[in-house]
Amino acid sequence: MTSQRLMYWSIRFYLVVFFIYLFTPLVIMSIATFNDSRFPTIWPWRETTWRWFGELANDTAMWEALLNSFIVGLGVLALAVPIGVSAGLFLSTYEGKGKNFYYSLMLSPLLTPGVIIGISTLIFWRNLGVSGGIGLTVIAQTTFISAYVMLMVLARLQRFDRTLERAAYSLGATHSQVVRRVLLPYLKPAIMTAAVIAFLQSFENYNTTLFVRGFDTTLTVYIATKVRTGLTPAVNALGLIMILVTVVLAVAYEVLRRREQNRKDAAV
Amino acid sequence: MIKQLTARFGRPMTLVVLLLLWFWLIVLVLLPQLIMIDYSFKPNLIPSQLGGPEDVYTLGNYQTLIGNDIHRTIFFKTIWSSILVTVLTLLVSYPVAYFLAQLATAKQVMLIALLLVIPYWINEILRTFSWYLILSFQGPLNALLLGLGLIDRPVRFLTGDGGVLIGMVYAYILFMVFPLYNAIESLDNNQVRAARNLGAGLLRIHWRIVIPHAKPGIATGCIMVFMLAAGSYAVPALLGSPGSRWFTQIIYNWFFEGGDWNMGAAYAFVLLILCIGFIAAVMKVFRIGLGDIGK
Repeated sequence: MTSQRLMYWSIRFYLVVFFIYLFTPLVIMSIATFNDSRFPTIWPWRETTWRWFGELANDTAMWEALLNSFIVGLGVLALAVPIGVSAGLFLSTYEGKGKNFYYSLMLSPLLTPGVIIGISTLIFWRNLGVSGGIGLTVIAQTTFISAYVMLMVLARLQRFDRTLERAAYSLGATHSQVVRRVLLPYLKPAIMTAAVIAFLQSFENYNTTLFVRGFDTTLTVYIATKVRTGLTPAVNALGLIMILVTVVLAVAYEVLRRREQNRKDAAV
Repeated sequence: MIKQLTARFGRPMTLVVLLLLWFWLIVLVLLPQLIMIDYSFKPNLIPSQLGGPEDVYTLGNYQTLIGNDIHRTIFFKTIWSSILVTVLTLLVSYPVAYFLAQLATAKQVMLIALLLVIPYWINEILRTFSWYLILSFQGPLNALLLGLGLIDRPVRFLTGDGGVLIGMVYAYILFMVFPLYNAIESLDNNQVRAARNLGAGLLRIHWRIVIPHAKPGIATGCIMVFMLAAGSYAVPALLGSPGSRWFTQIIYNWFFEGGDWNMGAAYAFVLLILCIGFIAAVMKVFRIGLGDIGK
């Protein structure tokens, strides 16, 4: 029993160390926002200040980059969600020799380094006369983000009871009715989650975007440029805001999910 | 195929599904890769020379890579460091995944999963940037170590590969923890208990029962982390020094500083082959198929 106790405590100790490792960087980055020092640091502490938020708010290039990130994110949503859903529906319907091949091909963008997706997209579209920019960024990101959507849709479809469809048909429903009234409502949670993930993936993408962005700058690219040239705690202020937005969204999502769960439990 | 689809969705919907699917797989996935490979076997020509006598297939771009000592060294260093990152990430993630999958209560799983995901919703650049702050010459880590009397003078963490390794392990933990968790979760806890009752020690239980069961998860995690590490641009660019360049940085320079896209395409293709080779090796070692990945 003692060895089990030892294991119990050592794994807890390890988890504490692990989460310190995970969160220390974020905490230090956040604290450094309030230090009145030109280079972001928490040591030595000069003066506590809010001025970096002001500098950030006055940074027009940042706002432009943020807008670009939103446009790209929405563009990717509009393309990757329909593609991913189609791919999921296709895989859950088609049975035959080629299925494994299709699945591997759909998975391949996730196993390809992001820089290569960016490079191949850049070269291919230049041959067609399209050069780098927001549009090409949407195309390049869609290439691999569709695969995430496909996986999430497929995971839900695998638990789908096809007798529901057959029941609808025997009650005289048309194909489009079955899709609209049975299949899509069933897929809705997966599609919503996939949409959120797709947007986040797009928003934070760097490696692929770097090659296809042309002269346009997304927020991630902007931050990276800032870190390497002209780093001030205004970057930390931006980081802190993103952390807060993330935490608020994560908690809100969790609360909503639980409420939904309770509602369902109550209905049963 | 079309029959199965129309039987389920009707004709118009089938058409939409197939058009979207084929647009994705052909125009976005396959053709760009093929054109990139085609590009890599051609010399870098000005537009007026295209279609001329010099516009022929050649291995010249690849010979440059083989002939250039610096590029070759960086290529092998990238492989070695990415393997190191993969192994370190596996070691760091395994206990967490095991705890989540076998020991934690449902509430703990929820909480830990949330804690794990939060840092990953924040941009890779920002996460890497925070390590840059910690590891910088006058940063808090040096201040702490000096204060504790563990070192006499500040350490230059950001010279050499140390910073890059720390930053990468940090950046890719999640891609290891979740596949491991998925695989270990399906292990019947009675097996562990039976082994313990029969007198197996902790290491033996993991080596003989948990790890063999978790093989698909370990393989998926390793493939993802290796691919991300070898293909990373942000982490080495932010945490590396001129002495610790990454292969992706050379590729980037061919495109946007050297202006030689054909050379860049060749280097990119070599990187792609490296990743495919790694995937094939892992699948062979762990005896799993491509269908096990992504589950």
